[in-house]
Amino acid sequence: MRRALRAVPAVILVLALIGVWELYVDLKGPTFSLAILPSPHAVASSLYHDRSLLWSSFLVTAQEVLLGILAAVVIGGALSVAIHFSPTLRRATYPLIVASQAVPVAVFAPVLAFWLGFGILPKLVVVAIVSFFSIVVTATAGLDAVDPDLIKLMRTFDASRITTFRHVELPSALPSVFAGAKIAVAVSVIGAVFAEYTGSNSGLGYVILVSEPQLLVARAVAATVILSLFAIALFALLALAERMALPWAYGPREERAA
Amino acid sequence: MIEAPPKEPRELNAPDGVRVELVSRGFTTPRGRVEALAGMSLRADAHELVAVVGPSGCGKTTLLELICGLQAPDAGTVHAAPAALMPQRDLLLPWLSAIDNAGLALRARGASREEARRTAAPWLERFGLERFEHTRPSELSGGMRQRVSFLRTLLAGKPVLALDEPFAALDAITRQEMQGWLAHVLAGEPRTVILITHDVEEAVMLADRVVVMSPRPGRAVAEIEVTVPKPRRRTDASVVELRERALAALGADT
Repeated sequence: MRRALRAVPAVILVLALIGVWELYVDLKGPTFSLAILPSPHAVASSLYHDRSLLWSSFLVTAQEVLLGILAAVVIGGALSVAIHFSPTLRRATYPLIVASQAVPVAVFAPVLAFWLGFGILPKLVVVAIVSFFSIVVTATAGLDAVDPDLIKLMRTFDASRITTFRHVELPSALPSVFAGAKIAVAVSVIGAVFAEYTGSNSGLGYVILVSEPQLLVARAVAATVILSLFAIALFALLALAERMALPWAYGPREERAA
Repeated sequence: MIEAPPKEPRELNAPDGVRVELVSRGFTTPRGRVEALAGMSLRADAHELVAVVGPSGCGKTTLLELICGLQAPDAGTVHAAPAALMPQRDLLLPWLSAIDNAGLALRARGASREEARRTAAPWLERFGLERFEHTRPSELSGGMRQRVSFLRTLLAGKPVLALDEPFAALDAITRQEMQGWLAHVLAGEPRTVILITHDVEEAVMLADRVVVMSPRPGRAVAEIEVTVPKPRRRTDASVVELRERALAALGADT
């Protein structure tokens, strides 16, 4: 009950924004609504009438996003550990990791399509590249932030470097890994859409790409709404998983309030 | 390593003792060189409890890290049997229950979780923590956390325990309880203990010998034998008198 009440401000804000949007489009007239920005009720109508196309496209994009994030977490996590143990590797790779975030997807997506074809693989790579950065940076920061006194303590217990990593450093870095994955969720959805712009015949990004020239703007916005809801759902799912996996990171009082 | 002749000829009770001879240790910080210790000496025989008191920042923590082998001295020698550290903050792992925190040193040496728990369980009972085995540190009181932290150090199985102001963060009543508790535990489980504290009364209540350090760079300026039989009472005339002597050595006006 209390949890439901906490959602009230967000619901009111969204409804207000939709109201302003509807009013604005109605004032601009039917041409504007058809070609530039559809009204919310047109979007709702598209969500209903195009539901089977949107659903099958959603499944394609969702698969790309999920597998891409998974790849980014596995590879990014492994790289963070390697960077944590090797200052040389850190100095060598960090500029490239930062650069990977700055390169616009539109530039390297065609190259990936050229190398990897038009299937799901190049999309996974794009999603992984765009989400990689936040995961590596937060995971590395989490590993670096471990209390040095804890490392000293483990040394007086004759713990090996690997044992200390397993019992102390890895668990204390996990909250940071979750934080990085949450940031990655939002950018990865954008990554998937751009990847679909360059060489695909399915997915919500593809729907957006082909709808706009056909003056099916409402359908394009409907696809965007689904993408946003998907990002919110992924974020919430990660938050839930974090609470279940790391109950110690949340104080007992907060647990009661939740 | 060569040992300098001790000031008072006394046999080092070899395997389980600690001997620090004229040790100096400094650090380079962004604001220049800081000498933490200069000519510090300390001796603890097997199963002796030596308290080290001194003003803040006199290099007490550096001394413990030298004894634990976490640092090497710039000059002088450190001979010490293997030592386990009990850090100033309890540093319990927030994701582990009390019993798993207590058994951390065993797990560090490769014991399985079950083995570590089997070893730790009777100790938790002895320490009055049997109902809190599966409680996480955030839900334990300060005194309980210190007991778990001490048990973790004890279960490391090292002959020397290096305790860094273990009760400093506790309120006065809990601190007195914990001091009595520590004396009781050590009576049944004798170890060589180096106890760092800024509380002179705590030092006199618990220690066989009190070493008083100078301000930084730290060195021993006085050594006070405490021969009052245990358990001691804070109000005993001999305890009060030794406390005043230690305070005078610290340079405090009393």
